[in-house]
Amino acid sequence: MSTPTETPPAAPTFDCRKAFAEEIIALAQEDPRIVAVCNDSVGSSNLTGFRDAFPDRLINVGIAEQDLVGVGAGLANGGMIPFVSAAAPFLTGRALEQIKADVAYSATHVLLCGQSPGMAYGELGPTHHSIEDLSWTRAIPGLRVLVPADPQETRAAVRYAVGNPGGYYIRIPRHAVPAVNPEGTGFELGRSVRLAGHSPGGEDVTVIAIGTLVSRALAAAETLRAEGISVRVINMSTVSPLDADAVLAAARETRGIVTAEEAIVSGGLGAAVASLVVQNQPVPMRLLGLTEFAPTGSTDFLLEHFGLTADGIVAAVREVLGHGGA
Amino acid sequence: MLTTDRATAEKYLATRKELADAPVEDVIAALTAMATQIRLWDLEMINRAKLGHIGGDFSVTDILTTLYGAVLNVDPTNPTDPERDRFILSKGHTAGALYSTLAYCGFFPQAELATFAQALSPLNGHPNRTKVPGVETNTGPLGHGFPVAVGHALAAKLQGSPRRTFVVMGDGEMQEGSNWEAAMTAAHYELSSVTAIIDRNRLQQGAGTEDTKTLEPFPDKLASFGFEVRDIPGHDFAALLLATQPSTTGKPVAVIANTVKGKGVSFMENRVEWHHKVPSDEQVTQAVQELTNA
Ligand SMILES: Cc1ncc(C[n+]2csc(CCOP(=O)(O)OP(=O)(O)O)c2C)c(N)n1
Repeated sequence: MSTPTETPPAAPTFDCRKAFAEEIIALAQEDPRIVAVCNDSVGSSNLTGFRDAFPDRLINVGIAEQDLVGVGAGLANGGMIPFVSAAAPFLTGRALEQIKADVAYSATHVLLCGQSPGMAYGELGPTHHSIEDLSWTRAIPGLRVLVPADPQETRAAVRYAVGNPGGYYIRIPRHAVPAVNPEGTGFELGRSVRLAGHSPGGEDVTVIAIGTLVSRALAAAETLRAEGISVRVINMSTVSPLDADAVLAAARETRGIVTAEEAIVSGGLGAAVASLVVQNQPVPMRLLGLTEFAPTGSTDFLLEHFGLTADGIVAAVREVLGHGGA
Repeated sequence: MLTTDRATAEKYLATRKELADAPVEDVIAALTAMATQIRLWDLEMINRAKLGHIGGDFSVTDILTTLYGAVLNVDPTNPTDPERDRFILSKGHTAGALYSTLAYCGFFPQAELATFAQALSPLNGHPNRTKVPGVETNTGPLGHGFPVAVGHALAAKLQGSPRRTFVVMGDGEMQEGSNWEAAMTAAHYELSSVTAIIDRNRLQQGAGTEDTKTLEPFPDKLASFGFEVRDIPGHDFAALLLATQPSTTGKPVAVIANTVKGKGVSFMENRVEWHHKVPSDEQVTQAVQELTNA
C-alpha cells in the first residue's frame, strides 16, 4: 500500500470508442435485431470488429449522412435496433432534419452515435469539429442526449439505450480518458453523477462538466481543495433531459456554478444549466466552452487556447466566488 | 490572410503567357514538371505535419496542375479580381495538393507550406477562404463544393460575365445527395460555364467506391442528369487539356477523370490505406526517388 505522501502515478486512460465497439458486439451477440449503420466510416467508427463478426448486419451507405439517418429510422421501424454511427459533426449537422423528423418526432428507437466530438479532430479544423452538436440535438424535443465521460459509462449508456426505446444521440470521445466515475456506476437517463466535494463546512462552488472535461474538473477540484476551497463536481452524463434536481441542489447549496464542455457555450450544457438556474434559483455562473470557430491546432493546443483546462476551471471557480461575495 | 509572393506570381504569369502560344508538347512538359514539384512539396508538408490525405492529393495533382498551369484565368497578384475564373476544391481533405499548387503559382510564399497544420497557421487541414488567397469557399465536409460552384456560375450568368467555374469532387463524394441536387440545378439553368471534374480514383476512405456504394454506370448517370460527359484518363495532360475546354453542347460539362489514388508512388498507388496514412522516413526517401525519376 502506498503512503499518502507519494505522488500518485498518472491515472491510466481508456478508450471509449473501444468500449463502445466491444459493447455493441456483445449486444449484437445477445440480440439479432442489432445492426450498425455507417457512412464509409467502418474504421473511424470502430466497426471493423462488428463487421467481421456480423458481416450482414453492418450497413455502409457510403458518404451520405442524410441517407444514413433515414435508413437507420427505417431499419428501426422495420423491427431492427440500429446503431447509426459517424463522425459527430456530419452525423448531427448534415442529417439534423432527419434526426428531428425521422427519429425524434417519429418516436423511433434509433441510437445515433457521434464519434470524435468536440475538437477531437484538432488540425482538421472547424468543419470537422463537432462543437454545435449539443446545441442542435438538445433543441429537438424528446431526443435523449447522452455524453458518457469514461469507458464504463459508455458501456452502460449504450446498454441503457438499447433496452429503453427512444431516439438517442450518444457522444463518444475520441481521445483516451481516465476512469472518472466510481466503480460500478451504471447509467440512468437524466441522472448525473456526483464525484467530488465533501468538506466539513460544506461545498463552496459546483462544477458541472461533461465528457473530456470531467477529469479536468476533478483536477481543478484537487488544486482548489489544497487552498481550502471545496468543489462539488458533477458529471452531467445526460445533457437532455437534464438532471434538474442536481442542478437546483447545487444552486441552493453552493455559492455558484461553473459549467465546462468541449462545445460551443450557446445552446450546450452551460446554456441548459443556466436557463434552469436563472428561472429558479439564480446564482453566479461561469460557462466554459468555445465562443468562436477554432484556429488551426492540435486538440490539446485548442483546449488550452479556449481555457478548457484544469487551470481554466480553477480561474472560473475563483471568479464565481469573488462574484458571490465572501 | 496570406499575401502574394510577387516574384513567383510574376514568373507564373509570364509562363502562362508563353505557354498560351506554345506547341502542346511544350505545355505538357511544363505541366509534368509542375506536377512533380507539387507532389514533392506536398509529400514534404505531410511528412512534417504527420497528417494529411496523400492518396487523394496525388490523384488530384495532375488535375490541379492542368487547371492552374494552363486553363484557369486567375492572377495571384489580384486574387479577388471579380472577373477571375472560379475554382473550388470540393474534396477539401486534399488541401495539401491545393496549397502546394497555390504556392507554386505565387498566391502565397512557398515557405508558408512549412506551417501546414501547425498551431495558428492559415494552412489548416482543410482550406479556408478567409486565410488563404485563391481559396473560394471553405470545404472539408464532402458534398458542398458543387452547389457553391453552381451559385458562382449563376452569378456570372446574371452578370453577363464569360467567366468559367470549375469544381473538383472525389468519386466517393458523389455519394452525397447534395451533388445530384446541384447537378439538376446546373442542367436546369443550362450553366454551360460549369465544369465539374470528378477525380475517379475508385477508392474512398474505407474501401473501393463500387464495394461501398456503386457509382456505375457513372457516365450514363451524369449524362442522364443533363451533362456533356467527358470520360478521360485523368493523368494524361493532353486529355485533361481537351476535357477542360468549354462546353460544345450548351450543357454543363462533367469530366470523369480516371485517376490512381497515390499516383506516382508505387507503394501508395491504389492502396486504400494511403487515404490518410503518413509515410515513414524510409518511405519518404523512396517516394522522393520515384517522383523525381519518373
Ligand atoms: C460529409 C462528410 N462525410 C464524411 C467525411 C469523411 N471523409 C473524408 S475523406 C472521405 C473519403 C472521400 O473519398 P473520395 O471522395 O473518393 O476522395 P479521394 O478518394 O479522392 O480522397 C471521407 C468519408 C467528410 N469529410 N465529410
